[in-house]
Amino acid sequence: MGSRTPLYEAHVKAGAKMVDFHGWDMPLNYGSQIEEHHAVRRDCGVFDVSHMTIVDVEGPQAQAFLRYLLANDVAKLKTEGKAQYTSMLNENGGVIDDLIVYFFSETAYRMVVNSATRDRDLAWIEKVAADFDVTTKERDDMGMLALQGPKAADKIQNVLTAEQYAEIDGMKPFVGKDVGDYFIATTGYTGEKGYEIVVPAEQLEALWNDLLKADVAPCGLGARDTLRLEAGMNLYGQDMDENITPLEANMGWSVAFEPADRDFIGRKALEQKKAEGHDKLVGLVMEEKGVLRHGQKVTVEGGEGIITSGTFSPTLGFSVAMARVPSSVGDTAEVEMRKKQMPVKVVKPGFVRNGQSVL
Amino acid sequence: MSNIPADLKYASTHEWVRDEGDGTFTVGISEHAQELLGDMVFVELPDVGDKVATGDDIAVAESVKAASDIYAPMTGEVVAVNEDLEDAPETVNNDPYGDGWLFRIKADDSSELDNLLDANTYEASIDED
Repeated sequence: MGSRTPLYEAHVKAGAKMVDFHGWDMPLNYGSQIEEHHAVRRDCGVFDVSHMTIVDVEGPQAQAFLRYLLANDVAKLKTEGKAQYTSMLNENGGVIDDLIVYFFSETAYRMVVNSATRDRDLAWIEKVAADFDVTTKERDDMGMLALQGPKAADKIQNVLTAEQYAEIDGMKPFVGKDVGDYFIATTGYTGEKGYEIVVPAEQLEALWNDLLKADVAPCGLGARDTLRLEAGMNLYGQDMDENITPLEANMGWSVAFEPADRDFIGRKALEQKKAEGHDKLVGLVMEEKGVLRHGQKVTVEGGEGIITSGTFSPTLGFSVAMARVPSSVGDTAEVEMRKKQMPVKVVKPGFVRNGQSVL
Repeated sequence: MSNIPADLKYASTHEWVRDEGDGTFTVGISEHAQELLGDMVFVELPDVGDKVATGDDIAVAESVKAASDIYAPMTGEVVAVNEDLEDAPETVNNDPYGDGWLFRIKADDSSELDNLLDANTYEASIDED
């Protein structure tokens, strides 16, 4: 038996097919993952993401610590609650994890990291923190739901008072705020509008039930994967890991090389990689029948690469993928599928946003 | 426990076979198989008129999770395929023993049916998985 979130029984009751996800018993789907996918693109869905790890960082040197630990620069965050996508790197520039950091003040931040890498992340954070005047605290007293889709703002009003909703009404994307016992952020992993809601563990099930009563579709890991892939968002362990730098994972935008005098772990390795040249992560589109899948070989101009994530896109009706390929790649490529070479288009990763194709 | 109709025969590779009583046999995949595969996104069927032999991979069920070969459970000629699956592959999930059928074979030797598993034996084979 794996670890269970406070919603385990609620998932089973909702008809979930439970699967092992890096040591956690999590819902794969509640019947049809494609219907769940469409619910998020067209209406609203809710995901239990309580398996993710929340770490609060506080202390006089909190900012200095995170400017050294993380590849993006938390000093860019000026307004309370503002969130930033970033990563922790090792000395070789490899990605230990990607994460979101929230700014409360220069002495208080919150990080949300992946569950699959929890133990390694916590050990690394502790080790680096030892040289700084900071305390780090895992918030395993909290659970988390992701409420995602064009109707998310309507649906959340079913579970908040008017005063509470007024606090987040019109909140910009990528901002978080304490609202009563909840921490509500306009973040997500689907390419739709929505919220991630951090909730005291003992209140999680009541909130979940209230959302289902408001006709929000429960959604599992299957839909989560197709939604994030359509949105061009990376999955740790698949699109990048500790042997891949952010530059090779379409995460270069989340690395702050300026100011040049800020040292961060992995900086030297990244600068060297940048100078030498490196592979890049691109999007692939195949309109013919068939599904691009993780691990398939990709032949491009000037060399070979590999599909890191591939799926059938329920929104588009054909297959899309992300692939790591030599930077000499052109506008087309070939993928080896079931012993055949299939032609595919090469695009920027990111296929669907706010319910619409961006191809 | 998934539904395994007693009036059908089964291959260990999860195809079901229905004797239509006129020398033809309708083939689909079991409810258990569609559950394992998850939402179907494409179904590639053989052509009517294809000669097939027991054990040949003649169709592909591609789901969100994997592409899975489907094998001919009997030797003969393909006399019909379910063209509705082209636009509605999810029928295989929603009605695996009915509208989700895949193809029909006119068998060279109808007694080949006896080589297939009955419902109880198929159920036992699933439990071992």
